[in-house]
Amino acid sequence: MKGAIERVLRPEEIPQACFDLMKAGARLQMAYAWFPAPGQSVEVAYLAATASHEPFLFLRCSLPADSPHLQSLAPQVPLLGWYEREIQELCGVTFDGHPEPRPLVLHEGAHPTMPPLDPRYQPDEMMPFTSGPWDRPPVEGDDVQTLPFGPVRADVLESAQIFFYYIGEAILHCHPRLFFKHRGMEKRFEGTLPSLGVVLAERISGVDSIAHSLAYCQAIEAACACEIPERARYLRTVLAELERLYNHLHYFGHLCHTTTLKVGEAQGKLLAEQSKQINGMLTGSRFLRGILKPGGLRRDLDLSTLPEKLKRLQPEITTYLKSLEETNSHLDRLITTGHLPLQMAYDQGATGPVKRASGIQRDLRCDHPYAAYDRLTMNIPVRTEGDAHARVQIRMEEIHESLSLIARAVKDVPEGPVSSEISNVSGGEGLGWCEGARGSTYYCVHLDNAGRLARVKIKSPSFSNWRVFPLTVHDTNMMDYAINEASFGLTMAGCDR
Amino acid sequence: MPVWTLYGIRRGIATTSWPGKDGPTQPGVLGLPRYHADRCRDNCRGCVDVCLPGALSFESCEAEERLALDYGKCIGCQLCTEACPNDALTKSNDWAFGVRNRDDLIWTEALQSPPAEEVTRKIQKYFGRSLHVRHVDAGSCNGCESELQALNNPYYNLHRLGIFFTPSPRFADLLLVTGPVTYAMQGPLRETYNAMPEPRWVMAMGTCAVSGGASGGGYSCGHGVEEFLPVDIYVPGCPPNPAAMIHALLLLLNRASQHVQGGQVAH
Repeated sequence: MKGAIERVLRPEEIPQACFDLMKAGARLQMAYAWFPAPGQSVEVAYLAATASHEPFLFLRCSLPADSPHLQSLAPQVPLLGWYEREIQELCGVTFDGHPEPRPLVLHEGAHPTMPPLDPRYQPDEMMPFTSGPWDRPPVEGDDVQTLPFGPVRADVLESAQIFFYYIGEAILHCHPRLFFKHRGMEKRFEGTLPSLGVVLAERISGVDSIAHSLAYCQAIEAACACEIPERARYLRTVLAELERLYNHLHYFGHLCHTTTLKVGEAQGKLLAEQSKQINGMLTGSRFLRGILKPGGLRRDLDLSTLPEKLKRLQPEITTYLKSLEETNSHLDRLITTGHLPLQMAYDQGATGPVKRASGIQRDLRCDHPYAAYDRLTMNIPVRTEGDAHARVQIRMEEIHESLSLIARAVKDVPEGPVSSEISNVSGGEGLGWCEGARGSTYYCVHLDNAGRLARVKIKSPSFSNWRVFPLTVHDTNMMDYAINEASFGLTMAGCDR
Repeated sequence: MPVWTLYGIRRGIATTSWPGKDGPTQPGVLGLPRYHADRCRDNCRGCVDVCLPGALSFESCEAEERLALDYGKCIGCQLCTEACPNDALTKSNDWAFGVRNRDDLIWTEALQSPPAEEVTRKIQKYFGRSLHVRHVDAGSCNGCESELQALNNPYYNLHRLGIFFTPSPRFADLLLVTGPVTYAMQGPLRETYNAMPEPRWVMAMGTCAVSGGASGGGYSCGHGVEEFLPVDIYVPGCPPNPAAMIHALLLLLNRASQHVQGGQVAH
């Protein structure tokens, strides 16, 4: 695996190796499985991040295709819990001793004839499905009421079901049922040319098109040891920050919607609209699609009018954010809401602004720089309160930081070509990463001998943060739920894939 | 503490005059590629090979192969415009692709006669100038949701056109569906449709909902809404920009005319 230090282990060595890594201060990021030799073996891989500027670690072990088993690490490493369940359902590896042995990605009633990510599973074969009862925790007691909310929810929202167990106004337990939107996107990459895979990566989560396509492109570039031109590095940085900008501005509009601050909502959404229009004028796409490709950019960008447009937007943004911070009715709903303690954030795998609001000062742009981030100094905001207001403040500071980064990148961008040739992709493996608006995005790509994609594993920030979010809902009240959810800034499409 | 009412008044009106007055609402935003059949030569297949969702293909026509183009499958990735050596496919700003018949998204040599307007007269009779919409996300990438949410921002301000999103299907006239329809959303989609009072209409919003797009097929996705419900308006685009969405809503209400027939944009 290019882009990480690799260790090949025997299956029984995996638990100890992971515990040793954690003792040494590393944090596991994800786990996944793939089929290097279909029908003969299945490989399980673990990715861990070590100290800042140190390379990632990649542990891999091969299991026999005939009833593959591994020891579950979820009891000691809770953030691996969802990854293990996903591997179990999509790749057919059983994890012994898993604390939550319930279906996660594939709903009850889905019966694929073999694990869907096995290459022998036909790409156009719809799995049989008969709607089955949902395996959720039983509840006792006369006063406990239950409320299923979703999957079709109010307003224009993505599909997800939240099941509340509550007493009066107090939430006893909240049990989300996600993955209604599971599209099997990782399977779609199978057999695709690396140059076309970027079109799929852009469509994993529409509002994170750049984060996903950038991580994907960097993984391909790592796999074939391709150096991209300096100008492309700077342009990619500008695009990534423009994406953060419109996402964070929309975040404030939506947050004001939940705290019923109507003018605040309108202004936030108007600023997001203006930011999207700037994207459209720069790249032809309001979502910054169709511009990245493995090796650089598909075409050069004319940055001449961008600084002026952003300069006009900047005072409006500053006034808006300052006004929000001075509105008591708004702040009252945020301060102490949805508290996420540092240890829980760390253990359960929180990422992005959510993690930084709970005291973990990590940001891939700084700690493992890509694009042109190592050429630009930046400030990574951190808060220790861990409540909704802290998550809000992190994003406020990030907006200012993004505007400053764009201005400096546009000033420093060198002339020159914007893409390099991609060659020798056959049999390669690469890791790519990106700190998107919602947090860390990782792509692991494996190419076959014909130079086509054999396996693409996507780790999206919403998958991580959806695991964490429900833990902050227990023991809160119904009135705060929507505000708390908005403060996390989650997407369903990124989580469900 | 800021006085938000004053803040709003000072900020002034931000709403576009479109569609009341003509003019580009999305400067620079690319639409779906335009096809110039007379420039297509040598059957080079350059465009077909880079078309991930299969919108471009070759079909046999009187002993010779001919390029076929289905806008219902196009995701506007623009790769074909870069691959074509003869500029037979070019970038364009054609975005108003909302149509009443699925066939109108398939490119044909000769322009067909304008579509019959009987169906839409009915909707005018029932709903006059107002419409209530229930949205269901059946597995989108959230690009369509992002643009649907943008319809209610001050710039597009959908309310001014008498069109509202409603929380309950019981009050809805139109079911607006995004996404290719995943196996898990089939049930909720049907239940939502069944909960709507008649007469009711269905709009397939975005290429995924029209044909499956980039995510259709596979072990967990269908190929669009048509497989499950009768569709009245098809709106390809990945995602359609907010103006294209408004145009499609007005088309349903017979307050705008269809721009695309036989896969060609009327100019």
